Amino acid sequence: MSSDPKIDGFELKPGFRGMASDTGSDQTMFKGVHWGKAMMWIFLVSDTFVFSCFLIAYMKGRGSTPVEWPNPSEVFALDAFGVPVPLLLIALMTFVLITSSGTMALAVKYGYEKNRKMCGWLILATAIGGLTFVGMQVYEWSKLIHEGVRPWGNPFGAAQFGSFFFMITGFHGTHVSIGVIFLFIYAYKVFAGHYENGGKRGWFTTMKGDYVEIEILGLYWHFVDLVWVFIFAFFYLW
Amino acid sequence: MDNTDQISEKEKKTEGSSHKIGIYLWIWGLLFVLSFFSYMVDWYQFQGMLRWSLILFFMFLKAGLIMAFFMHLFWERYALVNVLLWPMTAIACFIFLMAAEFQYTFITRMFYFFVGGAA
Repeated sequence: MSSDPKIDGFELKPGFRGMASDTGSDQTMFKGVHWGKAMMWIFLVSDTFVFSCFLIAYMKGRGSTPVEWPNPSEVFALDAFGVPVPLLLIALMTFVLITSSGTMALAVKYGYEKNRKMCGWLILATAIGGLTFVGMQVYEWSKLIHEGVRPWGNPFGAAQFGSFFFMITGFHGTHVSIGVIFLFIYAYKVFAGHYENGGKRGWFTTMKGDYVEIEILGLYWHFVDLVWVFIFAFFYLW
Repeated sequence: MDNTDQISEKEKKTEGSSHKIGIYLWIWGLLFVLSFFSYMVDWYQFQGMLRWSLILFFMFLKAGLIMAFFMHLFWERYALVNVLLWPMTAIACFIFLMAAEFQYTFITRMFYFFVGGAA
């Protein structure tokens, strides 16, 4: 990463002492952090609040209903060779998303090593993983809709189940879909060499591209995986 | 000049721009194993406190590994890490508030729907 030129010649202290001097240094606060990366992090913090509000609303809704909550391990069971396996599809979705998170982490690593081919292929693999995930989610939604799950009621139990399910998984699925679109765009940009030889100018900007953009994209993608960890725990397993 | 070289060497370490492939593969493998374990919690139909504590344990471990290593927070400077993590305490407060709230709503509903209120 081409680090912030302002920090050249300054001794950076580690730990909390470093935090105090970074914060009070009357210049860039996040030393050596690309502005795009800092902005992505701040966006992700705000997105964390959005998802937290959904999950807290779900906690409140599920906790306050006197009607029995549908048993997720039965509702999301899938027949494999005639035997109902609890949460099979959800487990597969979890593994697909973790796989794509791993390929993304490696793409970031190869990007910084200026290994254009490996970086591009790994981003493409990540995009295909994300696409698989969205496909499985479409299947899950259509299965539940056929079984009569609606935002206002369902045949399994408490009426609130459907609205929380569609809202939370739908919002997460939207994030995955947007991520997949950007992964394909960035796979193209990497293969086309937009980050090679000093970088090519991006869209709507005169700034030159840099492999740090792959790390920023990676932050978003890992965040999508991170949110799924919480949804998996609270919505499907609880 | 020697001094600047030393600093840029240090920057490389703290920025964590490129790490050995081993660390990523390790974390990747651990995430698979932890996901498998959390799926097993449902498979064996653990119930009650055991179920909830296991779910939370695996969830926080997975989230921590993703944030620390895949999202590079372990290698970031504290100025960034602290700005990102302290706001999460607000979420924790909100969870406690709403937990108290849902218990109140539940008790009120039980009281009026099933007991019929204070006649």
